[in-house]
Amino acid sequence: MTTTVDDLSLARSSLARAKLPWWSPVVVAVGALLVTALIFLGASLHGYVSFILIAAVLYLLAQTFVSLAVEGWRHAKNRLMTSLMIVAMVLAVLPLVGVLGYTIAQGLGRFDSVFFTHSMRAVAESDPNGGAYHAIIGTLEQVGLATLISVPFGVMVAVYLVEYSVGRFGRVVSFFVDVMTGLPSIVAGLFILALWVLLLHQGFSGFAGSLALTILMLPTVVRSCEEMLKLVPVSLREASYALGVAKWLTVVRIVLPTALPGIVTGVMLAVARVMGETAPVLLTVFGNSAINTNPFSGPQASLPLFVFNEVGQSFDNAIHRAWSGALVLILIVLLLNLIARTVARFARVRG
Amino acid sequence: MAAVAAFLILKAVPALSANKGNFFTAFGWDPEGTGIFGVAALAFGTLVSSLLALIIGVPVAVGVALFISQYAPRAIARPLAYVVDLLAAVPSVVFGLWGAIYLSPNLIPLSKFLNRYFGWIPIFGSTNQTYGKSILVAAVVLAVMVLPIVAAISREVFVQTPKEHMEGALALGATKWEMIRTAVLPYGRSGVVSAIVLGFGRAVGETIAVAMVLSSTYTINWHFLDPGGNTIAANIANRWGDATGAVSQGALIASGLVLFAITLVVNFGARVIIRRGKAKA
Repeated sequence: MTTTVDDLSLARSSLARAKLPWWSPVVVAVGALLVTALIFLGASLHGYVSFILIAAVLYLLAQTFVSLAVEGWRHAKNRLMTSLMIVAMVLAVLPLVGVLGYTIAQGLGRFDSVFFTHSMRAVAESDPNGGAYHAIIGTLEQVGLATLISVPFGVMVAVYLVEYSVGRFGRVVSFFVDVMTGLPSIVAGLFILALWVLLLHQGFSGFAGSLALTILMLPTVVRSCEEMLKLVPVSLREASYALGVAKWLTVVRIVLPTALPGIVTGVMLAVARVMGETAPVLLTVFGNSAINTNPFSGPQASLPLFVFNEVGQSFDNAIHRAWSGALVLILIVLLLNLIARTVARFARVRG
Repeated sequence: MAAVAAFLILKAVPALSANKGNFFTAFGWDPEGTGIFGVAALAFGTLVSSLLALIIGVPVAVGVALFISQYAPRAIARPLAYVVDLLAAVPSVVFGLWGAIYLSPNLIPLSKFLNRYFGWIPIFGSTNQTYGKSILVAAVVLAVMVLPIVAAISREVFVQTPKEHMEGALALGATKWEMIRTAVLPYGRSGVVSAIVLGFGRAVGETIAVAMVLSSTYTINWHFLDPGGNTIAANIANRWGDATGAVSQGALIASGLVLFAITLVVNFGARVIIRRGKAKA
C-alpha cells in the first residue's frame, strides 16, 4: 500500500504496476543458495537437509520482499502463496519417494528364490534363510475368497441402488454404505472375531480373515460400482425397453456390460486396498509359520502379518525378511493399481 | 452396522463387569493381573496423535489440492494427482515399517531442535532428553496417510468451482491468490471440512502403523517428543498376542467398541456435511 513509488513505476501507466521480469525467481534462488553457502561456511553448520531448509526459507523471504518493494503487497502475497503450494506439493511427494525408495533398497537384500519358495517353518528368527511362501499363499487365498464373496454381493447392491430403489430405503442404504467406508479395519476384525471365532467357535482360519476383509471391501465395491452404473446413459436403457426387453435382461445384457470396465477398476482398487490390511487379519487369521493351503481350517499366514511379525523380532535377519515382504506387498499393490488405472483409461463408459 | 455394535457389546460386557477400575478413567491395562484396565490414556493418545496428524497434514493436503487443480498445467496435473493417489495405495504396514525404522531415528534431530528452542512450550518439553518412538513420529506417519484422502476430496471440490466465479474475480483485477481466496476456497469450504473429518476418521482407526511406531505406555503425557504413548487401535494389535483369557479379550473388544463409537460419530458427521453441501450446490 505505502510502498515507495520508485522510478520504474512512475515511468509506466498508473494502471499497470511494475512487474518483476521473468528471470527474477532464478536470480533470487541463486542469491539464496549463495547466502546459505556463506552461512554454512561461516557458522560451520552441516547436513544437506538443513541446507535445503535454510535456502528455501531464505528464498521465500527474499522473493517476498523483492516483490513487495517492486510490485506491491498484493503481488508479493500472490508469489508467496504460489511458492508455498509448490512446497506443499514437494512435501507430499517426498514421503512417497522416500517410502518406495527405502523399501526397494532394503527389500532387495532378501529378494531371492529362497524367499519365494520357503516358509518360516523350523526357521529360527535369527537365521538368515526362511521365506514368505506361506504368507504369499495365505494372502492370495484370503483376498481371493473375500473378492469372491464381496463382488457379486456388492454389484447386486449397487444394481439395486441405481436401477430398482425408489424413495427412502435406497437413500438410507446408500448413506450407510458411505458411513461403512470409514469403518476402521480393526473394528471389522473385532466384529468377525466376536461373531465367528468366539461366539460360533469356528476357530481362527483364513476364511475368518476373508470375512473381515469382505466387510472392508463391500462398501468400496458398492460405491465405485454405483458411480459406474450411474454413468451408463439413460438412452441405452430406453432403447432396450423400446425393443420390449424386460428390465432384468436390460440390466444384465445392456447396463452391466457397458459399465464393466469401470466396475473392474473399482474392484481392483478395492482388492489392492484390502491386500495391505494387517489389523483384521491379525485378529482373525492369527498367523502361522508353516504352510497351510487350506483357508477353511487352522491359522494361516498373510503377507502384511508376516511383515508385522518379523519387525517385532529384534534380529537383523528378521528385519531383512520384513523389508522383502514389504517390497513384495508394495509390488503387488502397485501392480494392481496400475492395471486398474490402465483399464479405466482405455475402456471408459462411452455414451 | 447394528450387528457390529451388537456383537461387540455382547463380548465386551462380561469383561467390563469384571473390571476393578473405572473403564473410562483408569490408566493401566492389566485385565488378568490386577483386573484394572481403562481406556482413558488410550483415548487421549488416539485423539492427540490424530489431531497432530491433521495439523501437519491438512495444510499440505489443501496446498496440494490447490496446486493440482489451479496452478499446474494439465499435462503435469494428471500425473501429480496419480502420484498422490498412489500414496493412498501403499499398505499401512509399509508405512509402519518405514516410520519405525527410517523415520523415527531421522526425526531425532528435529525433536532436539524443537526441544532446545521451543522447550518452554509444554508440548515440546522433554522429561529426560530421550527421543525416538514418540507421538510426534506417529503423527507424522499418520499425516502422510491422511494426506492423500484430504487432497483427493478437496481437489474434486476445487475443480467444481464455477468458472464464472473464477473469471469474475480475475476480471476485477484479482491476483491468482486473491481469486482462490474469494472464489475457490469459499465454494469448497464444506467439501474441505468433510474431507478433514474423513481424514480424522482414518487417522483414529489406523492400527498397524501406529502399533509399529509407538512403544506403548499407559500414561497421559503432554510432552509429544517423549517416547511412548498409545492409541486404542494400536493397543488392540499389541496386546492381542497375549490376550488369551476371556476377560482380556473382552477388554480389548470393549476398547474397540469405544473406537467404533468415535469413528461412527465422526463419519456420520462428515457424511451429513457432504450431503448438505451437495443439496446446496
